[in-house]
Amino acid sequence: MSSTDQEPTPTTAPDWATIQNSAEFRQLRKRLRGFVFPMTVAFLVWYLLYVLLSAYAHDFMSTKVVGNINIGLIFGLLQFVSTFLITSLYVRHANRHLDPVADKIRADIEGDDK
Amino acid sequence: MNLAQGIEGSNPALNIGIFTLFVVITLVIVFRASRSSRTAADYYAAGHAFTGPQNGIAISGDYLSAASFLGIAGAIAVAGYDGFLYSIGFLVAWLIALLLVAELLRNTGKYTMGDVLSFRMRQRPVRAAAAVSTLAVSFFYLLAQMAGAGGLVALLLGIENRAGQSLVIAVVGAIMIVYVIIGGMRGTTWVQIIKATLLIIGAGVITLWVLGKFGFNLSSVLGGAVERAGDAGSRLLEPGGRYGASETTKIDFVSLSLALVLGTAGLPHVLMRFYTVPTAKDARRSVVWAIWLIGLFYLFSLVLGYGAGALVGADVIAAAPGGENSAAPLLAFELGGTVLLGIIAAVAFATILAVVAGLTITASASFAHDVYANIIKKGTVDDKEQEVKVARRTALVIGAVAIVGGIFANGQNIAFLVALAFAVAASANLPTILYSLFWKRFNTSGALWSIYGGLSVCIILIIFSPAVSGGANPMFSGVDFHWFPLSNPGIVSIPVSFLLGYLGTILSKERNEAKFAEMEVRSLTGAHAEKATSH
Repeated sequence: MSSTDQEPTPTTAPDWATIQNSAEFRQLRKRLRGFVFPMTVAFLVWYLLYVLLSAYAHDFMSTKVVGNINIGLIFGLLQFVSTFLITSLYVRHANRHLDPVADKIRADIEGDDK
Repeated sequence: MNLAQGIEGSNPALNIGIFTLFVVITLVIVFRASRSSRTAADYYAAGHAFTGPQNGIAISGDYLSAASFLGIAGAIAVAGYDGFLYSIGFLVAWLIALLLVAELLRNTGKYTMGDVLSFRMRQRPVRAAAAVSTLAVSFFYLLAQMAGAGGLVALLLGIENRAGQSLVIAVVGAIMIVYVIIGGMRGTTWVQIIKATLLIIGAGVITLWVLGKFGFNLSSVLGGAVERAGDAGSRLLEPGGRYGASETTKIDFVSLSLALVLGTAGLPHVLMRFYTVPTAKDARRSVVWAIWLIGLFYLFSLVLGYGAGALVGADVIAAAPGGENSAAPLLAFELGGTVLLGIIAAVAFATILAVVAGLTITASASFAHDVYANIIKKGTVDDKEQEVKVARRTALVIGAVAIVGGIFANGQNIAFLVALAFAVAASANLPTILYSLFWKRFNTSGALWSIYGGLSVCIILIIFSPAVSGGANPMFSGVDFHWFPLSNPGIVSIPVSFLLGYLGTILSKERNEAKFAEMEVRSLTGAHAEKATSH
């Protein structure tokens, strides 16, 4: 247990700074930031690449691939795919690696009333 | 000559009948919901008691506005590929809400954006700033929706004189006020859920119908649109149809794309929806549902747009009353005649109604909770009923402003007004929210600099943009006082706001590390978060 503040009385405020410095909380923060920050950079770069190609590479984007479907349309549809994919990856990450730690720290803070 | 050929079969009585049915059913539900709405938590956040999936459907109801439904399908039908770009920005934007904002916000606030920002800062100035930007974004968004209502009336009910359209705008506004005042957030959420269901099913049916006509082959739908458009046809599939004209329009397009992707997670009516669920995990579930539903809908709109281009024709759409916005209704008429047109017309009205209701409750909550309860009464309102009373009165005032504004804005470019709301949200709100959740050093001065700075830069650039004067289709014609070359300010105003937030912070001595410790622990773990109220 990292939190020593186990009094069930609601009047004693938890020692937030100590909890923030606990190994458990630092691990939770690292797991969250380690996932969401790189992922945000990745999808923003991927999106901007698409936007810039659409604005400045008309000929490339207009290259037909199958029937009337060109690279631009495929690129656009891939933005949908990547959005759905990142959503699913995040949910899996949160369920496996974030929620258990967060739930435990929360239970320590709020006492075992639930 | 009153209406373009496609709408001639329209039956206004049928359209109004189906819409009235929707209004009656939703009003009954709103009245039932109001029985259990008494406290402030009920009025603002539906007692934090909706489930993740319910809230996810409601979020898509709030988000898929008339601009999404009519605007994107129309833009694809007329301008082709460039219309599709809008929907991608609107969708990808949700990843920011999912990864960076939704859960942390749910854990640290109660009802409004002001709650989160003021968590570790000086309450009054920060709440005032949050309320100002919330009201500004909501106002632009409201204007867009109400202006859209006017155009829709012309198209679907055959009402062409200005007075008749104004009357219909007033009726739509009045119904919306009833939803909000009586139903609070719970009633409004049910309206969103019903509307989103109808909208997605309606768009899905038309999509399958169009695909069916083309042998379930997307390539053939595209080919149909190209063939129908004649000589200019092949350009429909290529980028640049709308924004490719010059270097300036290309930069304008990049600027717009930035505002779309960064604006969503700063829209106050979207943020407020995260408080209607009991936990952060449910907030996450809501966003996941919203992403799938919104993504699905935008895939439909791709088929709707090119389908309208193929079956109705871009020339007919552009010449119809309501212009581009008439693509989806005209397509419905082409496929299913008067009845399908009536259904789609009613869905479009319901869309405007529901979005306007969501905006109004957000703006009224921000005023009553941030300005009245925490600034004017300095957080000493014991009587929560009094606060809710103020919120209801504010909703009435905002509703009235929306009606008047809608009557004046009737005929303005809807897509432009919506893009404006996104630009303001991305400039004034998003930097402040992100700094507040993730940056230990961030303080009151930084928050004020980024909100007020981002908001002013954004609005000043808009006022002196070609969209307001001197451009192709300006708000004021006959005068030209523009000096900023772009119609979309985001590419300048968003970085400026981030920079101002940084400078404001480091130039102020205020530090609040103890409060940040509490905020960070609570935001990541959900400890002491607002719990659902049970009835």
